[in-house]
Amino acid sequence: MKETTATEKLSQVLDTIPKLLLDHAKKRADRPANRLKDLGIWQTWTWFDVAEEVRNLACGLAKIGFQRGDKLAVIGDNRPRLYWSMVAAQALGGIPVPLYQDSVAEEMVYVLENSDAKFAIVQNQEQTDKLLEIKDRLPHLEYICYEEPRGMHDYTQEFVFYYKDVQQTGRAFHGENPDYFLHEVEQGQGSDISIFLYTSGTTGKPKGVVLTSDNLIITARNSIDFDNLTCDEEVLAYLPMAWVGDNIFSLAQAYVIGFCVNCPENPETVMTDLKEIGPTYYFAPPAIYETVLTKVMIRMEDASRIKRSMFNYFMELAKFVGIRILDGKHVSFLEKFLYSIGQILVYGPLRNNLGLSRTRLAYTAGEAIGPEIFEFFRSLGINIKQLYGQTEASVFICAQPDGQVKADTVGIAYPGVELRLADNSEVFYRSPGVFHSYYKNPESTAETKDAEGWVATGDAGFFDEDGHLKIIDRAKDVGLMNDDTMFAPKYIENKLKFFPFIKEAVSFGHKKDYVSAFLCIDIEAVGNWAERHNLAFSGYTDLSAKSEVYNLLKECVETVNSDLARDEKLSGSQIKRFLLLHKELDADDGELTRTRKVRRRIVAEKYDVLIVALDDPKQTHCEIEAEMTFEDGRTGIVRADLQILETERQETQIHTHAA
Amino acid sequence: MEKKIGEVLLNVDHISLAFGGVKALTDICFSIREKEVFAIIGPNGAGKTSMLNVINGFYHPQEGEITYKGVHRKQMKSHDAAVQGIARTFQNVALFKGMSTLDNIMTGRIIHMKRNLFWQACYLGPARKEEMQNREYVEDIIDFLEIQAIRRTPVGRLPYGLQKRVELGRALAMEPDLLLLDEPMAGMNIEEKQDMCRFVLDVNDQYGTTIALIEHDMGVVMDISDKVVVLDYGKKLAEGTPDEIRGNQTVIDAYLGVTSANK
Repeated sequence: MKETTATEKLSQVLDTIPKLLLDHAKKRADRPANRLKDLGIWQTWTWFDVAEEVRNLACGLAKIGFQRGDKLAVIGDNRPRLYWSMVAAQALGGIPVPLYQDSVAEEMVYVLENSDAKFAIVQNQEQTDKLLEIKDRLPHLEYICYEEPRGMHDYTQEFVFYYKDVQQTGRAFHGENPDYFLHEVEQGQGSDISIFLYTSGTTGKPKGVVLTSDNLIITARNSIDFDNLTCDEEVLAYLPMAWVGDNIFSLAQAYVIGFCVNCPENPETVMTDLKEIGPTYYFAPPAIYETVLTKVMIRMEDASRIKRSMFNYFMELAKFVGIRILDGKHVSFLEKFLYSIGQILVYGPLRNNLGLSRTRLAYTAGEAIGPEIFEFFRSLGINIKQLYGQTEASVFICAQPDGQVKADTVGIAYPGVELRLADNSEVFYRSPGVFHSYYKNPESTAETKDAEGWVATGDAGFFDEDGHLKIIDRAKDVGLMNDDTMFAPKYIENKLKFFPFIKEAVSFGHKKDYVSAFLCIDIEAVGNWAERHNLAFSGYTDLSAKSEVYNLLKECVETVNSDLARDEKLSGSQIKRFLLLHKELDADDGELTRTRKVRRRIVAEKYDVLIVALDDPKQTHCEIEAEMTFEDGRTGIVRADLQILETERQETQIHTHAA
Repeated sequence: MEKKIGEVLLNVDHISLAFGGVKALTDICFSIREKEVFAIIGPNGAGKTSMLNVINGFYHPQEGEITYKGVHRKQMKSHDAAVQGIARTFQNVALFKGMSTLDNIMTGRIIHMKRNLFWQACYLGPARKEEMQNREYVEDIIDFLEIQAIRRTPVGRLPYGLQKRVELGRALAMEPDLLLLDEPMAGMNIEEKQDMCRFVLDVNDQYGTTIALIEHDMGVVMDISDKVVVLDYGKKLAEGTPDEIRGNQTVIDAYLGVTSANK
């Protein structure tokens, strides 16, 4: 920035993201802030560049008519220009509202209408078309701005703008009013509302979580201290911008400490781009770590014998030695020596291939993660830890500190967070990250947050002997079977999903005599297994119907049952009957949320006939007809006849160790 | 958004082609206008691919003339056809299986490369600049066809549908005025066909390329073509707009059948 006198006037308290931006532009002007892979080449923008781009965009928006308090919808894949749009809105005292880019037009109507979005900055023609389709139902929406010009040369509406044109206008505006931008930024405060994030809504309509600057920035500062993050981190932004996690990792933390956020070329190239960037700090939901592990295992089975034996030997070694090294515990000289050979031969190349060579810190959250997955990554020296959070908390409620990482807990209370458990085991918390309110929804706000600021998470849990929190299930999903056994569906389903063959599981047991389950096979893992066993199949539905596959999954179910049998309280919830669903559960069909959580009520309604069949011990198969939505929004009908298999009940075993 | 269809780009005049006693094409006449999407349809063995091969310079007809960009000729070498702006894709994908997607598409730029072998081997100055320009053009095509994720994958490992897309990319790299597509949708499911249709239409729209395609999927043909010519046993049965063809009784009897005609 050339205005030296103006920047000196800038408030010393950096309590908003735009203020932080200007600070970095001044102090660390040449350091990379964002990168994007475009036409095969990584383009870099420094903090100085970003400040200029944001300023030009903000001035352009102001010239078009953006005012303090206006809402700006942001829709697209992770793109630096879309992040800058959010910062530009905040700089002008407005509020960004990111949406899930995969949503179909119909799904967007509610969020856009509820948030009163006046402006929308979107990535490309696809998103523009969706908005144009629904614009007449959105009286507040006045302006649409697109970032990628491909396919847009015939759009003549005067309310549709090209991003760079807006910036051009802004540059001119800034020339005429050089103090305008700075003046706007200085008016921002920590208590200002800085973003609306809509929760994905497993039940009912999405709710707009209102977060202030303080919520994001104070949480970011605490997390930077907790994990010793530095300005040299390299992060790959690939998770949806509408998700609170991305706003902490790729926005708040990045702007607080000043590390570089890299955006992949497109969602399909994420794995290659990961290898090229080599992030130092990484977040992924458990499903991704599982997929990576499955892929590695599958490919190792295809490798030559020498490589396979090398891999097996060194991975065994890593299990004993690697984790202890990571936790800072003592290892013998010989062990360390062997591990370093393993590093050269196996761990190094493997990590490199996965793009995780430089990853010193990896987080996961959202669902329980299988112990073998934890073990695999930690033994390679990747410090993968669990955290527990929600949008209403600005992410962090609990996290695992270094050296205290366990597969089955979510960690201790995060710095700044107070925790308590209610009588029904529901977890409550209070922290500086607690959301301001639900937009235009005071009843829900009052239901969730009490007068003293304690928030109900809706999850049931308990503390283990180390003081770590263990989450069992959603408090309202924990049910009771007819024989008074506790039925914790998520707990059971997670155990099932630990098997690579099972992609998704839904269990039923509340007010029933026995537990039954739907299983969805993982087409890659089971397909691979089928090929190895010379089993031909023609697709997902066909493979799910094979009796060999049923028997394969029966073994998995029986393993889970023996696991459940070890706990007196849960032994009654062993799975007695199950079937393999003929199609994958899909967000497009409304069966999953956009963050891949199962919508129980909808699934139960849609597959009602299957549940009835499972409940009747005499039925050995059931016909189903279900509607399926293709990616372009059209629908079709899928018909199948599903087999139902029964398992043997395991005797309750009482061990001296807890399960 | 009306498309402006221009003057006649290619005129096929009484073309006859025979292999020994087998008459592949008999007295075929039609013309393709600039910016048109022109479909050639007909049952198997009708001579459709032979027709494309004649336009392309692979086969040399015994009788008849082709007028391309105003120039009459009896026959043309396929290399000349390429240089003059005719590009094509093949029924059985003809890519270099061991080379990556990027390299395959780059081969389409060869006709635009001026620096000779010596310069390219040294990779200095002008050759390097030329390489960068060509690379940028190819990257634009990769972006257009949404195949960034397979940029470096050897083409032989790609599924069939993607191979077809890469082949389309290679044809586009030649910057053709006339693009000949031989059954571009063969072997694809509905969603893949939709994607391919979109690309074909985008090429026609954005680059202004004239397109001649052979296709069996009547839904596709009726949806995207401006003009259709129907061949059967080497003879032309009919020529007209999709609506005219749909209602033409000879065509219905020979090829379409009743339900197809009602689509």
